[in-house]
Amino acid sequence: MAVQLVISGDADLFEIVGLSLRVSLSATLLACLIGFPVGALVAISRFPGRGAVLVLMNALMGLPPVVVGLLVYLHLSRSGPLGFLGLLYTPTAMIIAQTILIAPIVAALSRQVIEDLHAEYAEQFRSLCLSRMQTVTALLWDARYSLLTVGLAGFGRAVAEVGAVIIVGGNIDHLTRVMTTAIALETSKGDLALALALGLILLVIALGVNAAVQGLRMSARRQAYV
Amino acid sequence: MSNAQIATFSPTAQRVTTDPCLLPLRVRDLGLKCAETSILHGLDLDLAPRGCTVIMGPNGAGKSMLLKLLHGLIQPTAGRIEWGGKSPTEVTARQAMVFQKPVLLRRSVGANIDFVLKARRKPLTQRDSLLEHVGLLHKARDPARRLSGGEAQRLALARALASEPEVLFLDEATASLDPASVKAIEDIILDASARGIRIILVTHDIGQAKRLADDVVFLQGGRVAEHSAARDFFPNPQSPAARDYLNGRLVF
Ligand SMILES: Nc1ncnc2c1ncn2[C@@H]1O[C@H](COP(=O)(O)OP(=O)(O)O)[C@@H](O)[C@H]1O
Ligand SMILES: [Mg+2]
Repeated sequence: MAVQLVISGDADLFEIVGLSLRVSLSATLLACLIGFPVGALVAISRFPGRGAVLVLMNALMGLPPVVVGLLVYLHLSRSGPLGFLGLLYTPTAMIIAQTILIAPIVAALSRQVIEDLHAEYAEQFRSLCLSRMQTVTALLWDARYSLLTVGLAGFGRAVAEVGAVIIVGGNIDHLTRVMTTAIALETSKGDLALALALGLILLVIALGVNAAVQGLRMSARRQAYV
Repeated sequence: MSNAQIATFSPTAQRVTTDPCLLPLRVRDLGLKCAETSILHGLDLDLAPRGCTVIMGPNGAGKSMLLKLLHGLIQPTAGRIEWGGKSPTEVTARQAMVFQKPVLLRRSVGANIDFVLKARRKPLTQRDSLLEHVGLLHKARDPARRLSGGEAQRLALARALASEPEVLFLDEATASLDPASVKAIEDIILDASARGIRIILVTHDIGQAKRLADDVVFLQGGRVAEHSAARDFFPNPQSPAARDYLNGRLVF
């Protein structure tokens, strides 16, 4: 029955899947826009307190989604500092929450990737007298395959989390209902067919992300770009 | 592998001739300490404005460190390096260095050249003539890190030349290459030298040193043991250390 739902192209189902992808892909994009440069800058800089920053970045990687959801909720709720924006229970709020959730992951992982690459390039770059900006952009570009993998890891985490989006999105039908929150709801209501169908799609997405990572790695290795 | 075709590479942008050049080089009482270990000490060196200087000496003598100091990649802990009174950043920018293990970007062969041309605000049109100069034009689209050892080092050389340096450093650039690749690289070095680029290179290859050197600096234990013209050094080395080295005896 679950498979039938997927195959028959149930409109509600695809609306939910569509919103899920829209929210998590947007969050991933934003998290990469923030996380890549931050990771690269920390990777190539030496400053007092750097060790503490690294510890903090790694700690933020493990942020529990419900805590992120709660914090964003507190800021966006009517009485919160950003309440006037009226963003609570909108897809935008969900994107914000997921961005906060995965930006540290993207930053911490890309910091590691870029630092390793910089260890190899540093002397050559100093010889070329590159500016900090030129160094960062060159490193980001040369680490592109690894960074895509990092981005995909962030997306995988975003699309599978439920705690943050359910708090700031509210799981409102046709508005903020995504795959994970729908699965939670339908399971508690006893509509296992829809829950299973969504679970199946989520699984396929997870597999797809992993396959994409694998494919990227292989094509990069073929060209000796890793 | 075929030899590099030495096509003439003529830089489009003329060097500003009114600008006083980096040379001659004056090094006085140079010292380098790394974590309590003294690597170079009391090193004096004068290099003439033109020609090819070969730095020789046993492993661990401090040759690589000296090159990095001269190029401004690391700072000395004592003494002075004077490149015509230029500021350290300007000195580095007007020089180029080829390392023993070429550090190639994860891009195509052509993009590796473009990278330097862009960084130095030189016209990208120079790329093809540079690649042709080192015999790699037909590989312009290949991934740089798929090149053979000799090709990779030729690309590193082309990239170094792309910045139109006044001084070119090479640190054991032909170690571990086959004779044809060594010859190709030596030809490029000789051509660069003939065009007025000051060459300073480290090698253990005595044949290569004889082929390229105008003068030889022999380093031992972090000091200059001998600095003489190549025509004097090889037939008649003055220092016992250099004599032992040339005869294949271990130097302590
Ligand atoms: N980071 C470092 N810390 C301490 N000693 C170093 C360091 N790097 C190199 N050395 C030492 O400096 C000496 C000179 O090294 P190097 O210039 O690489 O010698 P070479 O003449 O073989 O190029 C060696 O004895 C080496 O062990
Ligand atoms: Mg060395």
